[in-house]
Amino acid sequence: MNLQADLLVLLPELMVAIGAMVLLVGGVMIGDTASRVVSWLAIVLLAGAAWIVFANTGTNTAFHGAFVVDGFARFTKLLILAGSAFCLLMANEFFALEERQRFELPILMLLATLGMMLMVSASSFIALYMGLELQSLALYVLAAFQRDNLRSTEAGLKYFVLGALSSGMLLYGISLIYGFTGTTEFHAIAVATAQPGADLAHNYGLIFGLVFLIAGLAFKVGAVPFHMWTPDVYEGSPTPVTAFFVTAAKVAAFALFIRAVIAPFPAVAHQWQQIIVIVSMLSVILGAVAAIGQTNIKRLLAYSSIGHVGYALLGLAAGTQAGIQGMLVYLAYYLVTNLGMFACIAAMRRDGESVEDIRDLAGLARTQPYFALALGALTFSLAGLPPLAGIFAKIYVFGAAMQAHLYIPAIINIVASVIGAFYYLRIIQIMYFDEPKRGFDHNIGGGTHALMWGTSAISIFFVVLPAPLIAIAGQAAHALFP
Amino acid sequence: MISGALLQAIAFYAFSAILIGSAFAVITARNPVHSVFFLILAFFNAAGLFVLLGAEFLAMILVIVYVGAVAVLFLFVVMMLDVDFAELKRGAQEYFLVGAGVGVVLLGELIAATYLWKFSPAASATLGAPTPTHISNTEAIGRILYTDYVYYFQIAGLVLLVAMIGAIVLTLRRRPGVRRQNIGQQNARTMADAMTVVDVKPGQGA
Repeated sequence: MNLQADLLVLLPELMVAIGAMVLLVGGVMIGDTASRVVSWLAIVLLAGAAWIVFANTGTNTAFHGAFVVDGFARFTKLLILAGSAFCLLMANEFFALEERQRFELPILMLLATLGMMLMVSASSFIALYMGLELQSLALYVLAAFQRDNLRSTEAGLKYFVLGALSSGMLLYGISLIYGFTGTTEFHAIAVATAQPGADLAHNYGLIFGLVFLIAGLAFKVGAVPFHMWTPDVYEGSPTPVTAFFVTAAKVAAFALFIRAVIAPFPAVAHQWQQIIVIVSMLSVILGAVAAIGQTNIKRLLAYSSIGHVGYALLGLAAGTQAGIQGMLVYLAYYLVTNLGMFACIAAMRRDGESVEDIRDLAGLARTQPYFALALGALTFSLAGLPPLAGIFAKIYVFGAAMQAHLYIPAIINIVASVIGAFYYLRIIQIMYFDEPKRGFDHNIGGGTHALMWGTSAISIFFVVLPAPLIAIAGQAAHALFP
Repeated sequence: MISGALLQAIAFYAFSAILIGSAFAVITARNPVHSVFFLILAFFNAAGLFVLLGAEFLAMILVIVYVGAVAVLFLFVVMMLDVDFAELKRGAQEYFLVGAGVGVVLLGELIAATYLWKFSPAASATLGAPTPTHISNTEAIGRILYTDYVYYFQIAGLVLLVAMIGAIVLTLRRRPGVRRQNIGQQNARTMADAMTVVDVKPGQGA
């Protein structure tokens, strides 16, 4: 083992880890007055890591195949780093307005991001679990960050207890798979399951292991029937933290899900595809129906995220390179749109207090027309109405599912999306046609505003130039199918 | 004369039976302090099973970490906090049927999986870290933990760092109006700062 070569492969992660520890020491010495500086330095650190990730090429493995950097890992890492950096920007301004700035917030977000980067590069089940725990533990604390707020502490506690349960299921599944194959490395498991004498259809140990593994992973992405934590956690957590859950953490959990079923189990694909098809259909249906009665916008977006998770899983259910490509396009679109959505929610403040009810948006088109325009564009994009970005992402996943002969699930997903469009349109209706209330505060930070405008512009103008993203996602998906 | 294999089987069944029995007692005992003691008993028996498997190091770690640290902490918490366990258990009874149903299904699956268990034909070849024969268990772990598995070891360290930061973030409060002792300031006081001599005239001191 050449430690130096291994560490070079790990360079962006090392940078984030050491940077986080240095900032932690600095923060402890200076105190909470340093929060703003620590946040900005953390953003610079993430940008530097993204640059190193971007400059890298080819496929490199390190630590006896535990860690792999390929096109897929680079694509998802760039999404994660961008999502984390923008959430940090938003958090910095949000907590400054709340007058609750603490320097630990950027540190915890950096460490969670590090966990996510390790997750998407994990190429063995132990590496997968370690990355996942690093991420989850930081996220539990972030959810409860406003500890004086009852709902925030409830969100943290709920997330922690249910997260621990799902980790237990995941580990149990992994141990059964280890018991069958004698290894935790993805490549070696693929070899072991592809052996002619393996008799997979009657190998209940392996299949039970796979079921528990998928249950644990479905929990982490928040898919039905393992979605119960999402609405409470998304509603209770501070808005920028929820944005972090929905953007960076979601992309990381999906990347983990994709690699953990595609890389080790190509030989038993039909076994896990059935499960994912069912999970995907249930998620879109629940996401569409349960969101209709919601009045809290964060809770509504939580149900919307369940629906989107279901839709994206359709690409994984297809199990083909085109399916994964569609999924990656979908994840990129979902990350950008939700960054904008949550920037808008962070900007919903009246007399210095956050408001989260969708009725507070009433008549926004007359009091703040540009705000309404940005939020409207993002909402239309989430609903998947042409010609905004959402429809492209949906088309790619849908096409891949049809190619894989998943006709019924694909059609159910489309129908559920149409039902789901109802509650997105209700937001538009409230903003444009209801009697206006007082407008929102104008003192929201510049970064949050820039995020709102930037993401809504991307949603509107994505139609002009979709090809580069789709090409890059194609290359990334190709890395999983050598 | 009892053979080694028989002795091992007797030990296995004894450890397992006590383990399962005390695990039951953990959740059924009325007194939470008794629950913790049963938990400790369960840990000891699990450690016994590890010894039977030839994993002495894991057995010792289980006793030292779980019994020595975690369970004792539990005991402190249970004794110091006034948690109404009867109230908590009332909720549990409501969900007893559902819970029992899930448990039975899981048990059935486990039995099915164990009876129909097969190893992959490649398992012996792909074994990640085969047990070496000529060195002790502890030494074998020590040889790979800081070399082949250094990556995992370091991430585990980071996980603990996050846990530490999290505990401080969620519990440390700086209350206003608390007078803490500042030893530096205290030692730096001179007689001139601390004392004034007042000349009280006779008959006017109050």
